[in-house]
Formats: sequence, C-alpha cells, structure tokens
Amino acid sequence: MFVRGLKRKCFDGEEDIEGTLAGIKAIPSYNLQRQSLLDMSLVKLQLCHMLVEPNLCRSVLIANTVRQIQEEMTQDGTWQMINTQSTGQASLDRLVSTDILCRSSREQAEGKHVPGYGTFSKDFESDQGQGSSETMSTTSSVQAPRNLQSNMWEMENPQENKGNFQKSLDQIFETLENKSPNSVEDLFSEVDNSYYDLDTMLTGMMSNTKMGHCDGLETFSSPANTASNSNCKSDLNELDHIVEILVES
Amino acid sequence: LLAGFGSVMQDVLWCFSQVKGTIDIGVTEADIISTVEFNHTGELLATGDKGGRVVIFQREQESKNQPHRRGEYNVYSTFQSHEPEFDYLKSLEIEEKINKIRWLPQQNAAYFLLSTNDKTVKLWKVSERDKRPEGYNLKDEDGRLRDPSMITMLRVPVLRPMDLMVEATPRRVFANAHTYHINSISVNSDYETYMSADDLRINLWNFEITNQSFNIVDIKPANMEELTEVITAAEFHPHHCNTFVYSSSKGTIRLCDMRTAALCDRHAKFFEEPEDPSNRSFFSEIISSISDVKFSHSGRYIMTRDYLTVKVWDLNMENRPIETYQVHDYLRSKLCSLYENDCIFDKFECVWNGSDSVIMTGSYNNFFRMFDRNTKRDVTLEASRENSKPRAILKPRKVCVGGKRRKDEISVDSLDFSKKILHTAWHPSENIIAVAATNNLYIFQDKVN
Repeated sequence: MFVRGLKRKCFDGEEDIEGTLAGIKAIPSYNLQRQSLLDMSLVKLQLCHMLVEPNLCRSVLIANTVRQIQEEMTQDGTWQMINTQSTGQASLDRLVSTDILCRSSREQAEGKHVPGYGTFSKDFESDQGQGSSETMSTTSSVQAPRNLQSNMWEMENPQENKGNFQKSLDQIFETLENKSPNSVEDLFSEVDNSYYDLDTMLTGMMSNTKMGHCDGLETFSSPANTASNSNCKSDLNELDHIVEILVES
Repeated sequence: LLAGFGSVMQDVLWCFSQVKGTIDIGVTEADIISTVEFNHTGELLATGDKGGRVVIFQREQESKNQPHRRGEYNVYSTFQSHEPEFDYLKSLEIEEKINKIRWLPQQNAAYFLLSTNDKTVKLWKVSERDKRPEGYNLKDEDGRLRDPSMITMLRVPVLRPMDLMVEATPRRVFANAHTYHINSISVNSDYETYMSADDLRINLWNFEITNQSFNIVDIKPANMEELTEVITAAEFHPHHCNTFVYSSSKGTIRLCDMRTAALCDRHAKFFEEPEDPSNRSFFSEIISSISDVKFSHSGRYIMTRDYLTVKVWDLNMENRPIETYQVHDYLRSKLCSLYENDCIFDKFECVWNGSDSVIMTGSYNNFFRMFDRNTKRDVTLEASRENSKPRAILKPRKVCVGGKRRKDEISVDSLDFSKKILHTAWHPSENIIAVAATNNLYIFQDKVN
C-alpha cells in the first residue's frame, strides 16, 4: 500500500552511534528525512502545472509545509549553509558545526518528532538507484567536509535554486495566479533534475496504490525520468507558441 | 416511522437497500460520483458525477402490500448539467465535474436544484409532464400548420394523458463570477438568495439575477505571494438568513453577519481550537485543514471535518469544539506516506441525521463511520458489493492497529486507499443514507422489524 517512499537512509558509519543513542531508530537521519520532505514538496508544487488549473488549496498547504521546513532549517542553521557560497575557512567551520548540530538536534528532536517520522523508517525500498546514491553522497559531504568548493547543496543542485527558494515559491504562486508561459518555463528551468529521481517512486506508487484520478501526479505516468522532463518542456514550448498565436490574433 | 428519533436511543441496525452503478472492474472516470444530496423531503436523491451529469432518484410510494420494502429509489431524471470548457486566456481546461448540488425547497409542482462545477452555477428545473394538449385548430396532430382557409369549425383543445416524461431545463446560468474553483454553494433560508464560495471569495446571488453578484467575502491578499490560507467550505445558517460560516485550510471557522457590512471581512465569531503541541509535525497544518462544514438542523451547532477527525462546535463557544470524534486515528502515524500519495489532501464530507443526534462521515477502504452524540458510541460500516443482499444487515468493521489481528479485522496496511467515501447524505427525517463509493451509490436503511 505505501510504496517506495523516500530515499534510503544512510546508516553507514552510524551503527555505533545508534547503539549509544538509545531508542532513536527513526531519528538518525532527521535532516535527511526533512530534506526528503522538502524535495517531495517542491516536486509536488511543480507538478501542479497541468492542463487543468491546479488545486489552490493543495498548493497552499504544500507551500506552507515548505515554508515551515525552511523556517526550521533557518533556525537550526542548516539553511545558512545553503545560502552562502562556500569559501575558505569560515565555511569549513560552518559545515563542521552543522554536523554537530545535526547530531544534537537529533537528540532534541527525538521527543517531538518521532510520531511524525515513524513511517520514514518503515518505508524502505531498495531500488532507489540514483536517489539513494545521492543521499549517500549528501551524507558523506556533511560528515567529511573535505571538499570546500562543493558543499552538499551544490552537489545536489548545481543551479543553487535552493538559495532562491523563496523566489521559487513566489514564482509558483504567480504562475498559479496567471499562467504566463514565461514564468512557468523559468520555474521548470530551475528544477534540478534530481527531483525527477522521485519519478520512479511516484510511478511505482501510482501503480501500487491503484489511484484512480490524481491530478497532481498524472504527468508521471510515463516511466522514463528524462523523457517526462523533456516532454514537459516541449509541451510548454508548444504552449508558448500557441499562446503567442492566440494573443497576436 | 422515525426510528432513532426522540429521547429513547436504540441501536440502529443498518441494512443494505440498493446499489446504483456498474460493477465493472475498470471504472470510467466520468462515472465517479462527486456529490450526493437528498432534497428537503427526502423524496428525491440527486447525484452529480465527474462527467458533469446529474442523476435524480425518486422514492417509490410505499406499498401496503410490501411494507418491508420501504420505498426504493429509482431513476427519475438524468441530464447533462455541465460540459467541459476551455479557458483560452489561461490555456486551461475547466472540468465539468459537479462539485455540489443543493436543492431548493419545493414551492410548486416542479423541483429546483443548483448544481455547480468549478466555475459556473446553474439552476435546473425538473418537472413532470403527463398530459399533453390535443386538438389544436391551427396545426394538426403532427404539428404541421393547417391552412386557415380550410378550417370550418373551431374546437377547444383538450388535455389527454401521456406517458410520464420528466424534463430538466436550465433556468438560470450564473457564470463568470469566480476566478478560483467553486467549492461550495448554499441556499439561503430566505429562498431568494444563495452563495457560492471559491478558494478566495464568496459571492451572494439572487436567483433571479444572473449577470450580477455581490462579493461578500474576499481573502485574496494584494500580493499572491503572501497567500497562506484559502476558503474550503461555506454554508448559510438554516434559519437566520443574515448569518453564514466559512472554513479555512488552517482549521478555522468564521461566522459572519451580513447585516454588519457589505463586505464581511471581519467575522462576528472566530472558531479555532488551540494546537496540541505534543502532536505537532510538519503535517499538522495539512491535517487541520477543514474539508467540510455543516450547520446542524437546529442551527445551534456546526460540524467540521478535517483529515482525521470530525468536530462539533457550539456557536456560543469559539475557543474549542464541544465534541471531537476520531475517524481513523490509525492514519496518524502514516501521514508521511499519505502526503506522498496525496491522500492527505482528500476532502471528506460530513453529515447530520435529521435529529442532529448522529453524525456520519467517510473513510478509506469504502468504510464510513457514524457517531452517536448521545450514547458516544460509534460504528464503522462498509459499502461493498459483498454485503449487497437485500436487507442484509451490515456488519460493523474494525481496523486492527497493531499486534494481533482478529479474524474479522483488517490491518491498516491492507486498507485500499483508492476506495474512499468522500460523499454521503442522510435523509432529512428517516434513517436512510446514501453513500457514494467511487462510481457506485449505496443506499442503506435501518432495519424494519
């Protein structure tokens, strides 16, 4: 019923630590879980550009969730890392301190977040493929900040749209408001391809839960990640073209 | 026979009565029922579907010969209410799906109902014709005009009986007043006006005037980037024509009085339950979003449905509901998966029974739940073809949360989340309920001894 959910949690090198932090089975990768939730939410928001007008209530709720995650990340310092370029010693310190924060915030988070994240540990699929390797690389970059030039956010997202995260949200709402082809295109152009790794997950989920009509996920019925991505873009170009013709006439 | 009414609360046994719709394994999307509503007497039951059609069932007269068949519902009229449209300016399709149907109280022989899709509300007149005039002077029986010079005598046309014909005609079309998707319509108790609510605005209409409506609520921010809350449902008070409520995606309800201002921007009452900090998660707001709000028949209470609970509020107490019922709390630990597959955004409706003593709402796996407000007992029933023998008593169902599963229980992980009961209706005065399960409409009645 609950199909492949989320990226595989990385347990490598944490076995011993888990032993000492008793009873936090789900917690060790709280930041990763939160990151997964953020990724999922952003994908959901961008999936909204269907032929039928998106459900505004759903979009608002997802956007609010994204904001909440952003706020929490800002508060616990992980957001700082995203917004700044990594240069020199300062960033190294920041990476290290974030790493420590991750562990301690895990402990702190234990009390209040276990209920919400219990499912993360249960939904565990092996065929994450690219998705899991990405997670692995993310984790390793946090724990071993050797490479100053590429912090984990850059690796995941070369275009650094996370830094312009708020801008993305705004664009999404503007687009929802008046579907102007240009901004929709911009939106899609900023999407990191790694988001579409969730494709496999979503496709599998569609077939397994036998969902009848699901507006938000309809474009993901095709299995090929890149194919659907490029289809989206070519459709948009076509749409652009059509709108131009209509407006001019 | 008003079983369940009054001060003596007895256990009601629910029996299968009828099921409408096909048994096909592959469901045509157009056949998915999107709204169900009894009229004010319960004589008619209307359904709307994703294909824009309205089907009205009429209850048979009870026959003395067969008292145990308490009036079956049979098809009375079927018509295409809305067609798909295309908004050329936005390059978007406008779905023909019927979001809501609301009946007007009957004032003459004809029946009137409002049906709405995302953008347009229509007033339909459903009337019977069982006689037709015969014996015109100027035209013959086939309708061809006669040559007046050939007519030698005059006669008075007479009405002769004909086979009953039920015709539905659109009497009013209320269009172009909503930028966002209409989620609710509600007929005012003055029977002269009604309101339509979309995500950000609520408009007041007069039935007679289609080219104009009054905007009575507008929560659209000047800057759409600041949008964090939408209107999810709205309803007029059943008796006070100046009062209405609307619910929001943040789990709040506002009661407004139209006498205070033309634009009801400031609420008269604000209902919100303080958040439970121990239950806080990233999904807290989403599950607090109210999917339906309904006044009780008495007008003293409102009921709201959010993702996991149904709440009853006293209009005189704004700071918390007086009753909270758990619909499917076992889903609380599954919220992340439900967010992932979008089920967390499902909009369940809720209904009162005629005496406001029992409330009902749907769940997954074709389960629906009833809560008796007086005895505090609740029951889970299932709408399925397997329990479809005539007058078969529905067996209560139980979801097993953890540990050992008993024989008749179903485990949470076995629930079918594609089978959701979003729309139900309760007869205004009797224990007859209509439950929409995807493309099938189930009618259940209480057991008659």
